[in-house]
Amino acid sequence: MLDVESGAVHLVDKLAYDMLEHLTPPLEQEPPKSLLQAFSSYPEEEVAETYRELYRLWEDGQLFAPDGHDVFVEKLGLSPVKAMCLNVSHDCNLRCAYCFAGKGDYHQGRMVMDARTGKQAIDYLIAASGDRERLEVDFFGGEPLLAFDTVKAVVDYARSREPETGKRFRFTITTNGMLLDDEKIDYINREMSNVVLSLDGRKSVNDKVRARIDGTGCYDAVVPKFQKLVQRRGDGEYYVRGTFTKYNKDFGQDVLALYDLGFDQVSVEPVVSDPKEPWALTEEDLPEVFAEYDRLASIILDHRLRKTGLNFFHFMLDLSQGPCAIKRLRGCGCGNEYVAVTPDGDVYPCHQFVGMEQWRMGNVFDGTLDKDKKAYFAASTIYQKPDCRQCWAKFYCSGGCNANNFRYEGDVRKAHTLSCEMERKRLECAIGIKAAQLLREQEVTV
Amino acid sequence: MKHIKTLAKGSLKESAQKGGCGKCQASCQSACKTSCTVANQKCERQA
Repeated sequence: MLDVESGAVHLVDKLAYDMLEHLTPPLEQEPPKSLLQAFSSYPEEEVAETYRELYRLWEDGQLFAPDGHDVFVEKLGLSPVKAMCLNVSHDCNLRCAYCFAGKGDYHQGRMVMDARTGKQAIDYLIAASGDRERLEVDFFGGEPLLAFDTVKAVVDYARSREPETGKRFRFTITTNGMLLDDEKIDYINREMSNVVLSLDGRKSVNDKVRARIDGTGCYDAVVPKFQKLVQRRGDGEYYVRGTFTKYNKDFGQDVLALYDLGFDQVSVEPVVSDPKEPWALTEEDLPEVFAEYDRLASIILDHRLRKTGLNFFHFMLDLSQGPCAIKRLRGCGCGNEYVAVTPDGDVYPCHQFVGMEQWRMGNVFDGTLDKDKKAYFAASTIYQKPDCRQCWAKFYCSGGCNANNFRYEGDVRKAHTLSCEMERKRLECAIGIKAAQLLREQEVTV
Repeated sequence: MKHIKTLAKGSLKESAQKGGCGKCQASCQSACKTSCTVANQKCERQA
């Protein structure tokens, strides 16, 4: 049982669970007579004892906690920019069917970023970062390794500016692997704090949607390179990141296929695309998707108990030491503390907004950043999103993806329903895994 | 307690009082890039 506003998670027995339906705060110290009558099939002492346990939780603010809007909202405002998605390449050597970026060029024409623009973007980020010390730059595309010289120049330049500015850069890169070689692997493993490797799982699944320009699949070309990168990376952070579509609603098999290839840090996520596309997931797919998440949850639980190291990104959940409530109010921070920069230096709220002219926020060469748009994104918290305010998962997904909200619902503040349904299911699984893990571990210690 | 086990104590309001330092990673930079998950991130102030 999740107490939404406090964040407490309790395991309750059937009596306590059923009793919750009958209770409305504020609670009285002793069980009301009506409650004893409603549960007259149970011994009266047991009902009273259960009630007192619930009462104690309520008294401690761990049950029926009130809406914390007033506490949270005064903490919000504009934030310095601390993260940048640097689209060093609006070109790609793959033509993945579901690509949100127009097969790599974001519908803006194929181009790569030159080093001058990349360095200017670093200056722009430093200037917009206020008192933030840790700055993040993700090399993205298209395929960023098509602009590897720019990547290296940007990293060198950013590092050179660290001592005088007091900033510390953290670099990440997302790659399809096609251009990886020994030099790039070693460079990435040395300079990138995280690397996201795009691969969808089984060969048949991957090659159906992740194809080269000539239509042939990329699986055989990239898997050995990814394996080499991960083997050489040691303990360094990485994710093999796949997408599942209507073609592989049994995506748990793809998680396991990736694990069998030697990848233990795995993220396989639902495609988000126009419902008219043949690969698009739609409402009618949800029962199968939900059943597969349940199946995958059992598999991941089993792996956790056996300590195999397999980690599924969307089932990771830190119930006690996770991010603070302030972070949870507006999630990714796009347009406020996170921006994307195109090869010609244009600034957008995030990579998903790139190419939507109405959302362009500025340019790194003239140092502009649209204050009104920034303020709009800063204010787009879960409390400004009516669907979110009522949702039990609001402090876990933080209002979802603003770009998807806009693209598919026409409004940044209107939740993309399909994504929400899958997000809630994943959270349910993640909490369930935590609960089961705890119970099993207790059994072992007893 | 016999009927209830608390898996995680709720501390959202306390975290709001002490939080908001902004040292944490931008969530979209982590692995997803297309879907938003925040609760699996670390608070870097505690790290």
